[in-house]
Amino acid sequence: MTTPANNLVYERPEAFTDMPTHYCPGCTHGVAHRLVAEVLEEMNIMDKAIGVAPVGCAVFAYNYFDIDFVEAPHGRAPAMATGVKRVLPDRVVFTYQGDGDLASIGMGEIVHAAARGENLTVIFINNANFGMTGGQMAPTTLPGMKTSSSQSGRDVETQGYPIKVSEMLSTLEGVGYCVRRSLHDPKNIRLAKKAIRTAFETQVRGLGFSMVELLSTCPTNWGMTPVNSLKFVEEHMIPAYPLGDYKISEAIKQIKI
Amino acid sequence: MAAKGWIEVSDTYCKGCELCISACPQDVIELNMSHLTPKGYHPAHTFKDGCTGCAICAVVCPDAAITVYREVTKVNTPVTA
Repeated sequence: MTTPANNLVYERPEAFTDMPTHYCPGCTHGVAHRLVAEVLEEMNIMDKAIGVAPVGCAVFAYNYFDIDFVEAPHGRAPAMATGVKRVLPDRVVFTYQGDGDLASIGMGEIVHAAARGENLTVIFINNANFGMTGGQMAPTTLPGMKTSSSQSGRDVETQGYPIKVSEMLSTLEGVGYCVRRSLHDPKNIRLAKKAIRTAFETQVRGLGFSMVELLSTCPTNWGMTPVNSLKFVEEHMIPAYPLGDYKISEAIKQIKI
Repeated sequence: MAAKGWIEVSDTYCKGCELCISACPQDVIELNMSHLTPKGYHPAHTFKDGCTGCAICAVVCPDAAITVYREVTKVNTPVTA
């Protein structure tokens, strides 16, 4: 029998601190955190990385990553990351934002950061509601979906249609890499990790703005078990938000991981 | 013979969300109803043999609570006469 160290297949990433997360059981925020931590560790850029935490469920992200972090005002993470990156251009700067933060109050900041082609990486968590404040309707809420502020379902006549952020940002010249992935099963989690890796490689090579949109769950506010939440993502969210590569510039297609 | 593996689930991090249970291809994980973590959750554990160390539970775990091991197969050991 060999020692356990030789037998190790998987362990908690070193880029994490010892602190347990405050997320609800089964929330895929934790999966997204883990993928970012694994990518930072694999690329050996933990010393160079600076994260920008949003307002929302991920507001305490700085407690969970063993890297430098700053906390931005609601929705202003891309603006703050722009400043950090311009002052410290050799650092790897990423924002981690939810849909309430990025697509609602922070829509102006994200669009202009992308339009300027800031050399940032954005991890965008789309779970179709405002999780932290109690599951209110977000710009990404699906038509007919019940939330605490759209109790008979989102009515598109009065409340409009969901905003497809990846499709929208992919039309901008400054964007180098813009894809949508999901976190609902092991295969898609692995694809999401590869996308996050490519997004960070884009930034390290200075190839422009990169964003990975991740379809995520909110079991507590959706009123479902974690397992049923994953099914909801597969059956309802993916048809509304098709997974795919919305923009990959020619230079980024050459990156081999 | 299938590879042999085992997992260790951290009491500190596991929240009993059951995602690993539905993802496990061998169906060898369940919640340990006779044990409570300090936070008050029933943590996941393997209840029978059959774990192959595929690490799919660790891939879906939102809290990075699972450490996965796999028995090293003795492929390169020299044959003694």
